[in-house]
Amino acid sequence: MKMEIKNITCGYGKKNIINGISIDVESGEILCLLGPNGVGKTTLFKSLLGFLKIKEGQVLIDGEEISKWSRKKLAKVVGYVPQAHNASFEFNVLDVVVMGRAAYIGAISSPSKEDINIAEQSLKALGIYFLKDRLYTEISGGERQMVLLARALTQQPKILIMDEPTSNLDYGNQVRVLQQVNELARKGLAIIMTTHSPDHAFLCSSKVALLQRNNIFKVGSVHDIVTEKNLNEAYGVNVNIVKTLGDNGEEIKSCIPLLN
Amino acid sequence: MINDASIIKREKVSISKETLRLRNGKNSVILILSLLLILAIILSFTMGRYAISLSQLFEMLSYKIFGGNVTWTQSVETVLFKVRIPRIVVAILIGGALATAGVVYQGLFKNPMVSPEILGASSGSGFGAAIAILLSFNAAGIQMSAFLFGLGAVFITIIISKCVSGSKNNILVLVLTGMVVNTLFSSFISITKYLADTDDKLPAITFWLMGGLSSVSLKDLLILLIPFILGVIPLMLIRWKLNVLSFGEEEAQGMGVDTSKIRMVTILCSTLLTASAVSIGGMIGWIGLIIPHIARLIVGPNYKVLLPTSALVGGIFLLVVDDIARCLFSIEIPIGILTSLIGAPFFLYLLFNERRKKE
Repeated sequence: MKMEIKNITCGYGKKNIINGISIDVESGEILCLLGPNGVGKTTLFKSLLGFLKIKEGQVLIDGEEISKWSRKKLAKVVGYVPQAHNASFEFNVLDVVVMGRAAYIGAISSPSKEDINIAEQSLKALGIYFLKDRLYTEISGGERQMVLLARALTQQPKILIMDEPTSNLDYGNQVRVLQQVNELARKGLAIIMTTHSPDHAFLCSSKVALLQRNNIFKVGSVHDIVTEKNLNEAYGVNVNIVKTLGDNGEEIKSCIPLLN
Repeated sequence: MINDASIIKREKVSISKETLRLRNGKNSVILILSLLLILAIILSFTMGRYAISLSQLFEMLSYKIFGGNVTWTQSVETVLFKVRIPRIVVAILIGGALATAGVVYQGLFKNPMVSPEILGASSGSGFGAAIAILLSFNAAGIQMSAFLFGLGAVFITIIISKCVSGSKNNILVLVLTGMVVNTLFSSFISITKYLADTDDKLPAITFWLMGGLSSVSLKDLLILLIPFILGVIPLMLIRWKLNVLSFGEEEAQGMGVDTSKIRMVTILCSTLLTASAVSIGGMIGWIGLIIPHIARLIVGPNYKVLLPTSALVGGIFLLVVDDIARCLFSIEIPIGILTSLIGAPFFLYLLFNERRKKE
């Protein structure tokens, strides 16, 4: 499965926010979108998910242009994980996760045993089966993010699009979400996610797209893109990138901001 | 002592709520409610100024079906079949219709504080009725005018909000436009009242707006049945998808739901239900707001069971309130006043409850 973003321009109304961006993501790859606030990461996301019309260019999945796809067809291939939020109504966690089957369920039917099975499988895969009967409104933010991830997996997608999956989570939950992201990519999903932390890009991504103001855009491997110079240009702050060794002797980079 | 007792009671309530919620097939709730509804119907048959005993009721029903001896006066039979039965069924249909429209709107607007009036259906209907009364239409004309103006008001809301928000579907714009249209039609109602003859037309308009089922006939029942069926059946069919919609437009789209189509169906059906209910029963407030809350307390927010539960509770509630309206005093109390009297304190109770939960 390959998603190709070819030279797309998108934005609201007459205003263009993203101009001519091209990126590819393949199964097993994680693409991190980095960039300061207001640079158009969300706009790009919404365009990829079909919430916003793409003005120019194309998005192809395995060579097919997705702008012609129905919502149903798109939802079976692309899963969307929004930021953890509070629902207006007290749904059970299982009820929330089963909603991921919406694209497979006919207009006038409701979930079958099979659909509920698939939902339970995705809860198990993420190690949160014990939340099944809890109320979505009463679990923690980290648990909610996991539940939304489970819901997206229930769509059985090939590509996952995650909007700042680690925002608003405590340190432990951030790490746990990133572990799951890596695990899912190992199982063959293509993942696109936004993050505010360059460290997360070092921990997860195979590719990084750095969006900067004035329509400057860089894409490449994490080591080529997340550099002291580029981060300084993008965010206007000074950083040092340091290296340490992981358990298996692999090199891990981390980013330290310099406050003076 | 009192405190202990109330605490135990509260615990019991919460335990029974839990067991209801956890029960696998929540269908048992629907079964219990259906039985309650049947019970309420049978009791309502016997209540009223012409008291009809249960045995008399069954005799009359068996006579209608199997034939036999007539042991009652003609007037009793007229009361039962021409007045009481239509009124009972209409009360159930209107209660069910308003509760269904309310529960569906609350999901659509992602807000449990929304009622079916939000897009202007009932103020539109109110104006339609008021102007028809002013122009001396007959009863059928008043109903027709109320119904059409109710639909028209929602239509205006949708058109204006489409113009304001352009190609984007913006739910906030829709709600705000609804408020504007509501206010406009309320002022139109006031103008109509101001122009009306104070001896007969003004009281007629005022009483109509208070709501009431006292003049309901068999014909009204048949007229109400069509929009009720047309409104309820599509909503029942798509009810599971309404769950997905209550997570918001974009998330629902992300899960593959065609939100604009579902939203259109939902608004159309709810408007049909509200406008037809108001055109027969007048402005009966609060049902669309509080019944969904009660239903959600019993079965939780999953529309699979919530929607039928809400419709049933709405039907039972309005039937009981209508019994109170016609039996409590020698003159009938307008039913809209009663539902507000019950609804408003209950709503406050919900607000307090919400606060206590947060603390």
